[in-house]
Amino acid sequence: MIRLVSQPFDPGEALAGFCRGRSETGAIASFTGLARAEAGQTTLLELEAYPGFTEREIGRHEAAAVARFGLQDVLILHRTGPIPPGEAIVFVATAAAHRRAAFEACDFLMDYLKSRAPFWKKETGPDGARWIEPTERDRDDLARWETS
Amino acid sequence: MARVLLFGRLADVAGWRERDIPARTLGELRGWIATEDPALFEALQAPAVRTAVDQSLVSLDVDLGPDSEVAFLPPMSGG
Repeated sequence: MIRLVSQPFDPGEALAGFCRGRSETGAIASFTGLARAEAGQTTLLELEAYPGFTEREIGRHEAAAVARFGLQDVLILHRTGPIPPGEAIVFVATAAAHRRAAFEACDFLMDYLKSRAPFWKKETGPDGARWIEPTERDRDDLARWETS
Repeated sequence: MARVLLFGRLADVAGWRERDIPARTLGELRGWIATEDPALFEALQAPAVRTAVDQSLVSLDVDLGPDSEVAFLPPMSGG
């Protein structure tokens, strides 16, 4: 499940909720991404989504991860709007019978979310605001998952 | 009439995010923008800008209905 959230959320609470009531899950992996201050260069991060479109595109990749890694369940929380340094931007949790699938699927989903998910990101710092586009590093991370 | 949505830097270029534009096709819509807002039209020409009609990506000209939603999407940055 993917949910866009416009208010701060508690990743610990999200993880605890995701772990509850499972008797066939052997492994849960999770990742939390926080907004970085970049040594004072970023005072505010703003994420714009296209409601409906953004969830559907992420949902397609979530379904791909479920099929590829044999997941039992996925939870993705993604912030939108203004996000000050230190707050969680993204939370991904994956549930599987065994740990390898859970770890790898979490990594796979984060590489997608960081590089190609339908968000538009603006950083504000002492020199003003600028729109950010994916880096070469993000593209390389994504290329790790290409199957020949 | 189509509801047009701009994202990311495109909204900064245009000075608006959402408005109705009279057009029966995507081509007509682009023509209207070319006349009314050349700066936005130029920004839309970048090959990395994608177009969605009713939340589906399109690459050719398409007809627009009275309730169509057209979104112009600059390169997606990820979260």
